[in-house]
Amino acid sequence: MTTADTTPTAAPQPLGEVLLSVQGLVKHFPIRRGVLQRKVGAVQAVDGLTFDVRQGETLSLVGESGCGKSTTGRLLTRLLEPTGGSVTFDGHDISHISNGKMRPLRRDVQMIFQDPYSSLNPRHTVGRIVGAPFKLQKVETEAGTKKTVQDLLELVGLNPEHYNRYPHEFSGGQRQRIGIARTLALRPKLIVADEPVSALDVSIQAQVVNLLEDLQDELGLTYVMIAHDLSVVRHVSDRVAVMYLGKIVELADRHNLYETPMHPYTVALMSAVPIPDTKRRTERERIRLQGDVPSPINPPPACRFHTRCWKAQEICKTTEPPLVDLAPRHQVACHFPENQDAVVGSRG
Amino acid sequence: MITYIIRRLFAAVVLLFVVSVITFSIFYLVPRLIGGSAESLATRYVGRAATAETVKVTTERLGFNDPIYVQYANWAKGVAIGTEYDYGAGVEQCPAPCLGYSFITRQPVWPDLLDRIPVTLSLAAGAALIWVTFGVSVGVLSALRRGSVFDRAAMSVSLAGVSLPIFFTGLVCLSFFSYKLGWTAPGGQFVPVSENPAKWAYAMVLPWITLAFLFSAQYARLTRAGMLETMNEDYVRTARAKGLPEKTVVVRHGLRGALTPILTIFGLDLGLLLGGAVLTEKTFSLNGLGKYAVDGIIANDLPKIMGVTLTAAFFIVMASLVVDLLYAVVDPRVRK
Amino acid sequence: MTEIAEHSYRPGTEKPTSFLDVRDLRVHFPTDDGLVKSVDGLTFRVDRGKTLGIVGESGSGKSVTSLSVMGLHHGGSAKITGEIFLDGEELVGASPEGVRLLRGQKMAMIFQDPLSSMHPYYTIGYQIVEAYRIHNDVSKKAAYQHAIEMLDRVGIPQPDKRVHDYPHQFSGGMRQRAMIAMALSCDPELLIADEPTTALDVTVQAQILDLIRDLQKEFNSAVIIITHDLGVVAELADDILVMYAGRCAEYGSADDIFREPQHPYTWGLLGSMPRIDRERSERLLPIKGTPPSLINVPSGCAFNPRCTYCDLTGGRSTSERPELIDVGHGHRVACHLTRDQRDQIWRDDIQPKL
Repeated sequence: MTTADTTPTAAPQPLGEVLLSVQGLVKHFPIRRGVLQRKVGAVQAVDGLTFDVRQGETLSLVGESGCGKSTTGRLLTRLLEPTGGSVTFDGHDISHISNGKMRPLRRDVQMIFQDPYSSLNPRHTVGRIVGAPFKLQKVETEAGTKKTVQDLLELVGLNPEHYNRYPHEFSGGQRQRIGIARTLALRPKLIVADEPVSALDVSIQAQVVNLLEDLQDELGLTYVMIAHDLSVVRHVSDRVAVMYLGKIVELADRHNLYETPMHPYTVALMSAVPIPDTKRRTERERIRLQGDVPSPINPPPACRFHTRCWKAQEICKTTEPPLVDLAPRHQVACHFPENQDAVVGSRG
Repeated sequence: MITYIIRRLFAAVVLLFVVSVITFSIFYLVPRLIGGSAESLATRYVGRAATAETVKVTTERLGFNDPIYVQYANWAKGVAIGTEYDYGAGVEQCPAPCLGYSFITRQPVWPDLLDRIPVTLSLAAGAALIWVTFGVSVGVLSALRRGSVFDRAAMSVSLAGVSLPIFFTGLVCLSFFSYKLGWTAPGGQFVPVSENPAKWAYAMVLPWITLAFLFSAQYARLTRAGMLETMNEDYVRTARAKGLPEKTVVVRHGLRGALTPILTIFGLDLGLLLGGAVLTEKTFSLNGLGKYAVDGIIANDLPKIMGVTLTAAFFIVMASLVVDLLYAVVDPRVRK
Repeated sequence: MTEIAEHSYRPGTEKPTSFLDVRDLRVHFPTDDGLVKSVDGLTFRVDRGKTLGIVGESGSGKSVTSLSVMGLHHGGSAKITGEIFLDGEELVGASPEGVRLLRGQKMAMIFQDPLSSMHPYYTIGYQIVEAYRIHNDVSKKAAYQHAIEMLDRVGIPQPDKRVHDYPHQFSGGMRQRAMIAMALSCDPELLIADEPTTALDVTVQAQILDLIRDLQKEFNSAVIIITHDLGVVAELADDILVMYAGRCAEYGSADDIFREPQHPYTWGLLGSMPRIDRERSERLLPIKGTPPSLINVPSGCAFNPRCTYCDLTGGRSTSERPELIDVGHGHRVACHLTRDQRDQIWRDDIQPKL
């Protein structure tokens, strides 16, 4: 749980209202086998997440493939129904509500997808794609749909005159802008962006990252970013949750996380990021994790990271470390955290 | 892998059961639902000239007054383990699979079918061999030489093949090759392969070619599309990067990937044909299942139609079972 | 040292000096919409034991370059001119069969997506054995033994069992290791890695980059690594070639490229990347616009519509194509800005903001 901190180490920010609250969120996908298709196990994609997202902030979920970050995104937007736990958005518990009841809330929660091409219908014009939310939600626009759509296109840096063009006539970056324009049509409160820039070229990535930041400032949006690129995450986030095999192993303010990462997995992740500077080739101290992420079908017991952790002791195999505040606004789930002396704070 | 096979087998059995229920319903239940009485069903067995009394007795004897599930059970029992029939002229044994008696000839249907299956089987198997070899080769060459004269010619011919009906191409072939040139046998001279293979082939070659022409065209187009796709796959590029000769790249890597969908269609096509290639059999006067069914339809001889329907369904279910099993052999990702 | 050759050479007059010597390579594809100049006059060299990083965005021609070196554009519609010398042997004019025999044997390649790059219907072992037996006359059994050794060498646990697995039974990282094992099975002297880690997780990426580095030392091969990620080349490359619209924008040693980049496009790439090793900047500095269509490359300097400093060249950048000019110890730049202008812009405008 995020607790209100008393001694902020980083620049204190005014905390917004809690917009989205996640409590013990679980999603297991059953695996069926054999002649009778009995349930023999489950992919434990998401296994007990608890966090809050506050109005106006950007929370990022980072981790490697199989850590459950994309599943989490789909749970938050209620594209999937959770197996356990709850998701509360703006005071409404949306964990198990029907599609019909979710519908009005969909205006407020929108999603941006990774692949800017496959998420746009190739047979529809840009105007129709961006205007679709108005039609679906039967929203009357003040100036007429066309005008509103053109304003949206302009807002995301596209030429409004391209209203009648088709997605294939645009480059990858522009398609992602179209996707963003559609997302913004109904002025949502929360946007869940699943790898919004990872399919784009480097120079275009920066354009889209800047656009997302500008839109947040201008429209007061709240973002949940799902990404694997730690450099991009650092740039865009206020807070970051590092996930490993369906659990949050570390959740902290951006500054704390990147300056004093405490979970060994976070440390390893950061040291693995390649850096565009040859000087670092010799200077950097590297931590190389062995092997791959274990399967979420049969995750290691207790601390799920113990099979790859260089600090693992007996206790890590038997007792699961709880996610607790080891420093102000810095939660870690580890028995032997790193950088502990570097922060002012106490266990517990 | 073993659970996969068991599940497929199980599915095939269930499918056969469902098919039998549907077939039974079409022939026995639907006439009742649209207003026919038990007597009107019985009338078909004894003829219109029969007295009301005979009809009534027959109705009772054939069990048309029983509840529908009892009727199904009796019928299914006949198919599975055989039964006895009594039309009033004494009890007749009808061994399994008992598909009933023809209204017209009063002969059991199953021995008739047994006579005709070899004809249809010869036709389908021979044609299939030709069309797979020919269609796939043309498709592969077309794909490799996309846009060439060969490709365009092959695709135009295959368009014709897909569009021209059997009775047209068949008759043209007959009149030209048999009647004019005398190279092949005219229709209706089936000789079992066990008796004289040469004569068998001589009689069948024209029907084979005619039927294969239609299917080759389809398979050439299908193979071409599949090959165009797989030859652009990353793994084909890898195969080339390894330094494999182009022939190996095409056959072992490209074609292998393109064959899977063709296999599916092939299984279903073959299964369908085994149930009777109606037009071809009719055109070449071959006494196969298809012609048998058509004769049954014309004479309103329900047991014949039903017999062929069930046999055809059986072949299709078996074919798709074989396809499913082959799929697991071809694509390791299917085995689970 | 790998270094770029003089651009003003006469074809066929100079003997190749490096293990791989590519001169004035042009790869053009005629299409219905016009001529696509994917690669348009590229010259570079790589020696054994050295690594060249080719960096560029999608459509810059970097992958086309590598496929041309491998001879994988043969037989297609591509028009290839220029010269490619591999160990003294010219490849562009060579017979396709001759080049095929070199593929896999003398030069090998690994690709971006190891799942789609391996045939789903054959076992890993079969695919390695296939590659090995084309170029080596050995029994199947011996070839499988070799495949197991290769899998062991690239760090796959229980190689004698995993050799019979299918690609879908491997994890992403393991698949890329298997792909590397396959590429190295014939002990090639040139290894081309096309975005070898783009599809992988960051911790696995680090493992694979380490593996490539170690294997290069062991095999003493020449390596070309093609990527869009400046971080990846910084880890591996001795020299870096920055490509833009089918041409070389900047070329130099990795140290020069990262410490004193000279081309505005290289600055743009560096400014676009958020950096985990520096103070967080408030804003990224993207390159404006989008990469050009290769059918309609802007006249003059292809980068001019996206270049912030285009106006400082007195109109030359829109009318005249900049030549690749040496600015000292092999560092070459194709830009109309003067040396002083570039030094000043880098010092005052760019470096402080990175």
